[in-house]
Amino acid sequence: MNATRVVTAVALVFTLTGHASAAGPADAPPGALSCSGCHPAARTAQTTVSRLVGRNPADIVAAMQAFKSGQTPATVMDRIAKGFSDDEVKAIAAWYGAQKD
Amino acid sequence: MAAKRTSRRQFLKTAAAGAALLPLPAIAQGAGGRVVVVGGGFGGASCARFIKRIDPRITVTLVEANPTFIACPFSNGVIAGLRDLNAQEFGYDKLAADPVVLQLSPGTAIDPQGRTVTLGNGTRLPYDRLVLSPGIDIRWDGLPGYTEAAAERMPHAWKAGEQTLLLRRQLEAMDDGGTVVMSAPANPFRCPPGPYERASLIAYYLKTKKPKSKLIILDAKDAFSKQRLFQNAWKALYPNLEWVSLSSGGKVTSVDVAAMTLVTDFGRHKADVANVIPPQKAARIAEMAGVADRTGWCPIDPATFESKLQPNVHVVGDASIAGAMPKSAFSANAQAKVCAAAVVKLLAGGSPDEPKLINTCYSLVAPDYGISIVGVYRPADGQIKEVEGSTGVSALDAPSSTRALEATFANDWFKTITNEVFG
Repeated sequence: MNATRVVTAVALVFTLTGHASAAGPADAPPGALSCSGCHPAARTAQTTVSRLVGRNPADIVAAMQAFKSGQTPATVMDRIAKGFSDDEVKAIAAWYGAQKD
Repeated sequence: MAAKRTSRRQFLKTAAAGAALLPLPAIAQGAGGRVVVVGGGFGGASCARFIKRIDPRITVTLVEANPTFIACPFSNGVIAGLRDLNAQEFGYDKLAADPVVLQLSPGTAIDPQGRTVTLGNGTRLPYDRLVLSPGIDIRWDGLPGYTEAAAERMPHAWKAGEQTLLLRRQLEAMDDGGTVVMSAPANPFRCPPGPYERASLIAYYLKTKKPKSKLIILDAKDAFSKQRLFQNAWKALYPNLEWVSLSSGGKVTSVDVAAMTLVTDFGRHKADVANVIPPQKAARIAEMAGVADRTGWCPIDPATFESKLQPNVHVVGDASIAGAMPKSAFSANAQAKVCAAAVVKLLAGGSPDEPKLINTCYSLVAPDYGISIVGVYRPADGQIKEVEGSTGVSALDAPSSTRALEATFANDWFKTITNEVFG
């Protein structure tokens, strides 16, 4: 197999399909897309659970840390927060912060 | 590519080589590839939408036999008379606007070598990648006496719809003082806490409408999801509910429909209303595609949900063997989004990221009494495993205000997830 040809063709594929915006679902960090099972992605869902779209990333990180430490009482988020490292939370928070309606 | 077992690395290498040598004409036309998704539930509809959202150039076709989807989560509330079945019904109009191409016809054959799906309406759909999210079928050979005809007398109600309404009507028609007998299967099956939520809500119905009645759950297991939470609640709320474990002789070995009787090795249980939740397997199309193994379920790569038995075919949701993830709507939706990202990457010749997934399952013990189980998952040693410390159930000693809050969150979850999948 000609390695150069593979690299060129793969690069070509990426160039031609690399249309997604920096904050699109294509760039969602690991775990981020699971959150919208409960935290509505769309404005149209009327629920008491907070939306993450467009939120200040620092606020999301702080909330997750407080859930993880037990400082903020929670029903499920104390358990879920323990499943993510600080870096993973930061990446998810940054991605949601960059989402727009 | 031969349909032999291929490691993920080997497969990605081959896929990359394929990308180099084969699809240049398609790329020249600006085509992003063709994906067919079979099954329009929480897994399939989510996957179809997210593939289209991640790369709009991909042609995505959703194959589904029914024009209306009837959701199983919350259908136990329909059985107990707490909500109408139409609150469970969703259409595909919004998906068509994405645009996902809709084929409202059952998949009748899959040729994994030729990469085509044939539909009941005669259409033959070629694909570059196929996603199966077909849900479950009842194992009609799994419980002696329990046939499709028997299910008309002793409903399973494990696929929401007419069966759900049948069980509700039977409960409504039962005299006060009657006996409801349920049977719960051995693992694995769709919705591990589902039988116990159902028992709770039927017990709630009996307590409020027919208080002299009783409910017996005959179980093929000694342990079940959220067990202590359920049992504590039953003790407090439903003294007429009796759970018979496997080791206490709870395993139903046959049913005698004519006598309305469930039979165990230790005795016969005559029912006025019988709800048999039978053994299950991946829906039949999975067998046709050659992606189900001898267990009846579908082994998958934990990072891409690609079948371990057939290349270019992915399986998400209840039909898949997803390791530690339970067969839930939340899991199916989370898996579908991971699978969508992987399918797009693979079509472009890239290598998918290592994913992380969440599951959250709420159960209602009463309308204002909710409990939950959650977990965070990632691939490890070729399987989907729990991230240590992330998995757990609601606190055992929580006050009633917390139970009420979890019931609210349960309702919110249903609204949010159905909005994401169908809205």
